[in-house]
Amino acid sequence: MNGDQAMRAHSATLPSPVFEHPAWVTPPPLTRSTVAIVTSAALYAAGDEAFGAADTGYRLIDRDRRDLVLGHWSPNFDRAGVAVDLNVVYPIDRLEELAAAGTIGGVAPRHVSFAGNQPDDVSTIRLDSGPAAAAALRADGVDVVILTPV
Amino acid sequence: MSVLAHVFEAAGIATVVLSSVREMAEKTAPPRALHCEFPLGRPLGRPGDAAFQHDVLARAFALLSLPSGPVLVDHPEVIEADESPLSCTLPPRFDPSLPPAVDEARGLRRAYDRALARRGVTSVGRVIDADGVPGALAVLHAIAEGADWKDAGIPGGNTTAVCHDIRTYYEEAALELADGPVPGGRAVEDWYFEQTEAGATVLKARAAIRDGGGKFPVWFYMTPGQR
Repeated sequence: MNGDQAMRAHSATLPSPVFEHPAWVTPPPLTRSTVAIVTSAALYAAGDEAFGAADTGYRLIDRDRRDLVLGHWSPNFDRAGVAVDLNVVYPIDRLEELAAAGTIGGVAPRHVSFAGNQPDDVSTIRLDSGPAAAAALRADGVDVVILTPV
Repeated sequence: MSVLAHVFEAAGIATVVLSSVREMAEKTAPPRALHCEFPLGRPLGRPGDAAFQHDVLARAFALLSLPSGPVLVDHPEVIEADESPLSCTLPPRFDPSLPPAVDEARGLRRAYDRALARRGVTSVGRVIDADGVPGALAVLHAIAEGADWKDAGIPGGNTTAVCHDIRTYYEEAALELADGPVPGGRAVEDWYFEQTEAGATVLKARAAIRDGGGKFPVWFYMTPGQR
């Protein structure tokens, strides 16, 4: 079993909350939607507050920032890919291209980063930091988010 | 990610998850998920391949037009992690009076500096910067050779953080030195742990801390779990 297989097998055993009444939002047509990225790579703009080892908070990343630090504490995933091309985790240049082509309505002014290594009950991101981050994006007029895991 | 999808959807924002662990996406059932069996740490699949990344996004955004969910769809391509080490030349031994890993880290400094100048940002710096890497390796070398880890002066007192900084210093330097296509997932990790003196030193120090009574979190996260 290689490293990825071992991590996937382990992750599959982790507890998962059940959402009894999941929400469902019908967005505007994509050509009129403002799109944001939400990643769990613990990326943050250079000079911003680093992620702690058990950080349940989030960082906002301005649309024009590309000088991002990878702040994830887990040693169990590839880091070389994002060092070569930020877009393999945080596809901001791809979104800019889609906006320029008219495929999406626009790119959000701010994007969101969490740390993927959360406590097993995920209660803080579910009840506190997650809703706060969502409210920030709503205030920016975001219609759609693409979530990228690390 | 799947939990956050529910949270954002409840706040009125439509979501699409790029799933990396299919079982978790099945259990948590976010409104829309595209499962991507790609190397962990590469949710868009291929670094430097804009066309492939656009394909992933197009398949993900297509789920937004569906009338109801939850929906979980697989990306048709599977990308396996590359388990063969990156081909990257290491500096020759320069000062035999130093532990091999310390000598090696010093020899990589110019490559690291070039990488930093080109990229404009580094992920080294959790508890040490590049100047601190040789000294940190000297501490880990001493632990590997039998020094008591509790009194060895581990920078920041945090084994996970210092090992992250050392490994990141090496990986950023290696990407500057290596020729050829973008390395596959795990190839740089394999190079670091299997071919460098630093990787060998970290593995020995980790075993010494474990055998010396260190608690699980102190030693386990010094390397990927499978090592």
